[in-house]
Amino acid sequence: MITIKNLHASINGKEILKGLDLTVNAGEVHAIMGPNGAGKSTLASVLAGREDYEITEGSVDFDGTDLLDMDTEDRAREGLFLAFQYPVEIPGVSNINFLRTAINEIREYKGEEAMSAKEFMATVREKSALVELDPKLASRSVNEGFSGGEKKRNEIFQMAMLEPKLSILDETDSGLDIDALRIVANGVNTLKGDDNASIVITHYQRLLDYIVPDFVHVLYDGKIVKSGPKELALELEEKGYDWIKEEMTL
Amino acid sequence: MLEGLTPTTILLDEKELNSAQDTLAKNQLPTTRMEAWKYTRVAKLGKTNYTSSEETVVSMDAYRIAADATTFVFVNGHFSEELSSDEIPAGVSISPLSACMEGEIASTNLVLEGEIFNALNTAFLTDGILIDIEAKATVEKPVQIIHVLKGEATLSNFKTIINAGDFSKAGVIQGFFAEDADKAFANVTSEISVGTNAFLTIDKIQYEAENTSHISTEQVSQENDSTFTINTITLNGGLVRNNLNIEVIGENCETNLNGAYLLKGKQHVDNHSVVDHKVPNCNSNELYKGVIDDKGTAVFNGKVFVRPDAQKINAFQSNGNVLMTDDASVNSKPELEIYADDVKCSHGSTTGQLDEEAVFYLRARGLSEKSARKLMVSAFIGDVLDKIENEDVLNFTHGLLKDRFGWDFE
Ligand SMILES: Nc1ncnc2c1ncn2[C@@H]1O[C@H](COP(=O)(O)OP(=O)(O)O)[C@@H](O)[C@H]1O
Ligand SMILES: [Mg+2]
Repeated sequence: MITIKNLHASINGKEILKGLDLTVNAGEVHAIMGPNGAGKSTLASVLAGREDYEITEGSVDFDGTDLLDMDTEDRAREGLFLAFQYPVEIPGVSNINFLRTAINEIREYKGEEAMSAKEFMATVREKSALVELDPKLASRSVNEGFSGGEKKRNEIFQMAMLEPKLSILDETDSGLDIDALRIVANGVNTLKGDDNASIVITHYQRLLDYIVPDFVHVLYDGKIVKSGPKELALELEEKGYDWIKEEMTL
Repeated sequence: MLEGLTPTTILLDEKELNSAQDTLAKNQLPTTRMEAWKYTRVAKLGKTNYTSSEETVVSMDAYRIAADATTFVFVNGHFSEELSSDEIPAGVSISPLSACMEGEIASTNLVLEGEIFNALNTAFLTDGILIDIEAKATVEKPVQIIHVLKGEATLSNFKTIINAGDFSKAGVIQGFFAEDADKAFANVTSEISVGTNAFLTIDKIQYEAENTSHISTEQVSQENDSTFTINTITLNGGLVRNNLNIEVIGENCETNLNGAYLLKGKQHVDNHSVVDHKVPNCNSNELYKGVIDDKGTAVFNGKVFVRPDAQKINAFQSNGNVLMTDDASVNSKPELEIYADDVKCSHGSTTGQLDEEAVFYLRARGLSEKSARKLMVSAFIGDVLDKIENEDVLNFTHGLLKDRFGWDFE
């Protein structure tokens, strides 16, 4: 699905990603953990195409296409989805209006027919129920006045609407109470399939009790420094990241 | 500038005509050294030799804002009887000024002394319209005044007089358009009185051309318990200056001034408003928003006076601007002058670019950059468009936005 090789990225002349490698196959869930400032959000932003970053080295292959060569919107249209760590509020822009435009522009890009209003509304009902997002919120301005939990649920709602091939969830669990976490995890698990994949970025092992990863990676100082099975998350939780640091300096 | 013009034949008061002539003789066009014209250059108007030519418009299709309205059409300020409605609904009387008898046009409330554009409008008044709304009349169908500029270096001095009788309710639509107009100039005045407990709404759409000029002055006075609303939508015009002077002389009045301006090319749009609260217990709300693209320049100057003893006034004023390019600019100056102590007033002005974080967010969901920006612009300006209650006006505005900017806001 996605093959990241030796990725180097900097912002304002400061190198953040320092040779990152990662391969994710269809049907897999990968967790990326790591201390604050390690570069997790940077990786997510670079993959989504944020223009503030300069890619100095490396390559990203996304299902046979050169991801780094594409505009943000084309990446989304090819099936990449980023659930933002900090979803922005966009006053006056209605959530479902913009989603409808998004879906139809994606369909146009793929040479498909536009979604009918009826089908769209039915999908909105179905998917907002999946993440228990109040349908009223679905039609309000994007994230405006939403609580932290509502914003995160709205991200998963949009993901459900867009049915991406690869979703990257950037700390979608942070700040959620256990009920909200269950709802979000349930959304992600329901959408999981053989032909899609997810990268779940998190700080806490807790999320991984609900979204069970196939692999856990530790991102530290701009690189993946350790990978392992889901049990690695528990080990990290127990021993903290200092353990990794020590291991690295050995 | 004036050699090709003949003095007005409209039956205005002799003293006013003399006063207007006097102002024209003694004054030059304003320069940017004058505070009120600091950001708006009108020198080019003085270099054009204007004529007042009678023209006709073949099709009204592009100009009819509301289908179901009492419509009066003026081309270069000249009344076009054949394009105008011949049926006038009950409760209102409407007449072109050229058909008014001696004494029928009440004395003006415009300032003529020193105000050169008002003086020019008076001394060379082409024609205009007098709308009398009877006391207690509720006029369902809006009165629609369509003004079209046509031809080269043509000058229209046009006037609208609206007297909204006590307890009446009415809506007036004003549309200003241009057709094959080159360096044409619409110099417009309106004299509006809103009677006791009357409701008057004016929707004004300005859609002239990139090299036309438009200067208008609305002089409004409000009696007790009245509500006056004006929505000014400026979408095309090379040089546009709107002066809105509201005198609130009655208590318990409501005044709503809303404006949206979308500029591109080298357009210049200047909205100057004065709300003068002379008496207590009134509300005024002003919301102006602009989107300035290319090398457009906008000016907002809103002044609210609260006179001594005008207690319990709520006056709100807000101006927001989005600059779409580095070359676009705006000068925004909301001003409050308050001489009473028990009042609630606020004013604010914002100017910025579109939120790039939000643009990125929308693009990350698959929207093209253009669509993302369009959505955000429409959300921004939508606050003002939401104030327009007349569906026809709103739909027509959406149509113009689509034609001129390729923006589909619905
Ligand atoms: N605009 C910026 N300019 C300079 N440094 C930045 C900028 N944005 C982020 N960084 C730095 O990049 C590093 C990685 O940040 P980030 O990817 O957000 O970390 P994480 O998501 O793993 O907590 C941090 O040290 C942060 O300070
Ligand atoms: Mg982060």
